[in-house]
Amino acid sequence: MAERVIYAMYDDDDVLKDGAKMLVAKGVKISEVFSPFPIHGIDPIIGIKNTRLGIVAFLFGITGLMLATVGMRYFMVTDWPMNIGGKPNFTYLDNLLAFVPITFEFTVLCAAHGMAITYMLRNKTLPGIPAQNPDPRTTDDKFVMEIRLSENTKYNSEELEKLLRETGLIELDQKEIK
Amino acid sequence: MEFSISKKAKTLTMTLMGVGVLFTAIGVFTSMSDHHFATRLLANGLVNSFFFFALGLGALFFLALQYATETGWYASVKRIIEAVAGFLPYGMGLLALTLLIITLNDGAHIYGWMDPESVNPKSHHYDEIIAGKAAYLNKGFFWIRTLVYMGTYYIFLRGFRMRSLAEDKIGGTEIHFKNYRKAAVFLVFFAVFSSTSSWDWLMSIDVHWFSTLYGWYTFAGMWCSAMVVLVLLTLYLKKLGYLPNVNDSHIHDLGKWTFATSFLWSYLWFSQFMLIWYANIGEEVTYYMMRIENFKALYFGMFLINFAFPMLILMSRDAKRHAGILTFVGLIILTGHWLDVYILVSAGSLGATAKIGFLEIGMALLVAGFFIRIILHNLTKAPLTPVNHPFLDESIHHEI
Repeated sequence: MAERVIYAMYDDDDVLKDGAKMLVAKGVKISEVFSPFPIHGIDPIIGIKNTRLGIVAFLFGITGLMLATVGMRYFMVTDWPMNIGGKPNFTYLDNLLAFVPITFEFTVLCAAHGMAITYMLRNKTLPGIPAQNPDPRTTDDKFVMEIRLSENTKYNSEELEKLLRETGLIELDQKEIK
Repeated sequence: MEFSISKKAKTLTMTLMGVGVLFTAIGVFTSMSDHHFATRLLANGLVNSFFFFALGLGALFFLALQYATETGWYASVKRIIEAVAGFLPYGMGLLALTLLIITLNDGAHIYGWMDPESVNPKSHHYDEIIAGKAAYLNKGFFWIRTLVYMGTYYIFLRGFRMRSLAEDKIGGTEIHFKNYRKAAVFLVFFAVFSSTSSWDWLMSIDVHWFSTLYGWYTFAGMWCSAMVVLVLLTLYLKKLGYLPNVNDSHIHDLGKWTFATSFLWSYLWFSQFMLIWYANIGEEVTYYMMRIENFKALYFGMFLINFAFPMLILMSRDAKRHAGILTFVGLIILTGHWLDVYILVSAGSLGATAKIGFLEIGMALLVAGFFIRIILHNLTKAPLTPVNHPFLDESIHHEI
């Protein structure tokens, strides 16, 4: 379903932040902000929920930990018991200390890669996926606020534009998006 | 805002010191006739004077680190760091006194190398390894080094404090840049001295053994415990309504430091342990054999406390912003790091005869009470918010 969207462009993140505060206070729902860098403190203003990336990082980490343990137990104890430096090699537990560094590294590897890939997948920014931002300048030095008309039934588009013009924007645009 | 010590805090510190004196007295009377009493008493003196001295030194290091990196967020908690660092002269006094008594007693079975018999080839106590180290480990050079460390720390502490108070009056950025340069110089000295002083004061207790990681290990422990003290003190002042500029983000940052330095400490503990366990060389493993034979539960328990508690409890963002959780974890790992210093000293000096009784707890409480009183007293000396700090505005608007 096509939807009408208003894009307001700013050239200063603080102006955008103050504008967003003002708009939210008047009951306008801002659906997204595009910025070349993270704007500190914008999330609570426009009502974005805390990221759940930490939870998924933990799950990836646990997966790495278990894979490393199972793998090393099979390679070093079950399949072909290794005798390194005369250390006991009949049980995993007796030699646990020697396996800690690799377990740790593999946990970090899985957590970091899993987190990065999840992040890019969720944001649809994996290599090859077409860019989602409304204006290429938001990757350089401009900031864009996105307001969907369907989420703001309280105001019509003229009223919204009037409100936006008070916030110190530099460009205003309306588009149909799918 | 000016800080004044509340009646409750005065009563608390007096009670701590009172209970400390009482317990110490009980400990002294019940174990005075023990064969190892003098060693035990002095070892305890060393544990507590070093632990609380290290809290002050850790805070001084952290302050210098903020100056040298030109950090902004810490400006609202700067006076708290200065107050903890301000314990340093008292800590140095206690430590120097303990070291002096030990030296006058020829090492008192704590520093074996101080015993003149150990380097006398005719004596049956002659120790070839100690004799080989005598060029470095002798009373004269030991005291020269000790005084140089303490003198350097004191000069820098005094300079930072003076400039900090002057900045309140004068303002401008000149003092800021001077602090920046001085802090960089301090960190260079500290990098060397934190290692060598831990060899002198602690590692030489196990005189036959050595580890190149030892300095970093004690330094990480000192840093972590100093961060815990800073968090606890900030939360305490915040609860009394003294720090209007300190918000959740500052607490979160201090919590992150606690979390990160706990990991640093655990990482170094494990690195030292695993390499020695793996190589299994006789002269190296004795260090851990002594600890595992005499302090098994305490030694590994201490490691688990200092590693697992912060890891599991402080991992989430919300926990690092929660005063109750931070206080709970902070007090536990502070005890854990005290136990760490206790084992560092006692395992090599008392070995199997070491035990934690009235004497140990009493002396720790006594010095803890004194420590709290001194840092609260230091807080009253200056406004709690440095008025002309160039990064104050950034700190007030700190948000993460």
